[in-house]
Amino acid sequence: MNKLCMTLLMAIISTLVISTLLPTQANAKTIHSERSLYRNILVEENNGLRCLKFNVKSSKTQQSCMLITEPQHLVFNYTKMLFSSLLINPEPERILIIGLGGGTMSNALLQMFPSAVITNVEIDPAVIKVARHYFSFIESERVTAVAQDGRIFVKRALLQNQRYDWIILDAFNGDYIPEHLMTEEFLQETKKLLSDKGVLAANTFSVSELYNYESATYKAVFGDFFNVRHNNNSNRIILASVKALPQPSVIKERARALTAKLLPFNVDINEISRYMTSTSIEQDWPQTTPLLTDQYSPANLLNLKN
Amino acid sequence: MTNNNNKFQQWQNPLIYLLAFCSGFCIMGIELLGGRILAPFFGSSVHIWGSIITVFMLSLSFGYLAGGKLSTKAASLNRYGLIFIFAGIAILPVAFSSQWLMEAIFLAIEDTRYGSLVASMALFFIPTVILGMISPYSVRLLVTDKNKSGQVAGFLYFVSTLGSALGTIITSFYLVLWFEVNDIIVVFSTTLIIFGVCAMIFNRLNQASHFEQNRQNERQGAAHE
Repeated sequence: MNKLCMTLLMAIISTLVISTLLPTQANAKTIHSERSLYRNILVEENNGLRCLKFNVKSSKTQQSCMLITEPQHLVFNYTKMLFSSLLINPEPERILIIGLGGGTMSNALLQMFPSAVITNVEIDPAVIKVARHYFSFIESERVTAVAQDGRIFVKRALLQNQRYDWIILDAFNGDYIPEHLMTEEFLQETKKLLSDKGVLAANTFSVSELYNYESATYKAVFGDFFNVRHNNNSNRIILASVKALPQPSVIKERARALTAKLLPFNVDINEISRYMTSTSIEQDWPQTTPLLTDQYSPANLLNLKN
Repeated sequence: MTNNNNKFQQWQNPLIYLLAFCSGFCIMGIELLGGRILAPFFGSSVHIWGSIITVFMLSLSFGYLAGGKLSTKAASLNRYGLIFIFAGIAILPVAFSSQWLMEAIFLAIEDTRYGSLVASMALFFIPTVILGMISPYSVRLLVTDKNKSGQVAGFLYFVSTLGSALGTIITSFYLVLWFEVNDIIVVFSTTLIIFGVCAMIFNRLNQASHFEQNRQNERQGAAHE
């Protein structure tokens, strides 16, 4: 009787162990892994899709993915939603990307705007190397990658009187938020770095208590902004601009004009334009929400609260 | 020996341990906030923590040296309290002058490694040296019996390092969620100053009771004659 129980137990345990191990082993192949100063970096391949991951266990850690046969196709919804920025400024000439990932965004923008200056800022030198080796990240005279903290880059660029037409803030992964990139002071510095037709696109979250704090801080610095989000997605894009936001009619017209240009990148700009809501119409956080400042910025603690 | 004297004397050592606990708490609380204070100008790269921890260790080591030296001449609870008051005053610039200091260093030094090192030096060196003096000075005040000196030092390190552990966890888990960085620094400063003043008042009361007791002893001696 005892023996039977033991055999049964063993059978159950081994099935469990195998079934948890199988999906990762059979489907995704790890083609590169390293431990950098900041994180574990993994490059995995699965059904012709190559992905950069910053951690193993959590599911929300895919940073960047690329179809091996069609590298210019953008895979993630949030990267596609970032293109809503073009509805505010259709012709960016100088682009700053904070948070490189696999460099897929930089590559796509280079194809779209061959004469644009694109500066990528990435805190982790190891990520830049991985982007070069595994994600065909293209660098040139005009497309560069700087290994630096985003906040420091912005401060130094301001001192050198640089301006950017499009700043993409993509430095937040699901696990850890650089708290000094969420504060009122940082947003003010970023705002100064924008040209007069400039637009800031921040890829952030739409869940947790941090949402209210973040929204209130953006509103205090930029005034009304666009929230771009899709129902089944925990990402949201904040679109903020130095100038007043364009009217819906202008957006519709620009979306029509951009459709053909963006389709090769798997981006349906007409659909994305429907995900945009202005905070002048819908403000979904309490008026009294405190701002995040350099003095008060417990972003990671707030992100724990749902 | 009268009861009156014992009443104060028996509280002296617990008071010293309490003060040592509090200094341990504040040191690590400030160190933890250091990362927050430097981030806007020097980022949150690994070397920021390298700079902060280096400066804290360096200044604590000098503080131990200075505190030990100071304790050889006329050690008293009065001077012990003064160390706390000076420490409390020395950390105030962290709250009130850090912005322009860091801005100047940011402009002068391009490499964030050395920039953050110089900035942590400018902000934290002096207060941490003073806070470091407390440990050896406490040993001097607590040890009366050579045989028990190791035990006394052990218990002191236990208390002050426990304070450091609590200072770290409470600051990082809760205080940053409830208060602004500068407010927390000011509270640390005020706490140190208040404890310093307490030590000095206690010393005054203790001496007064000693004086009273000596007079009584003299009177009793005279009566016997």
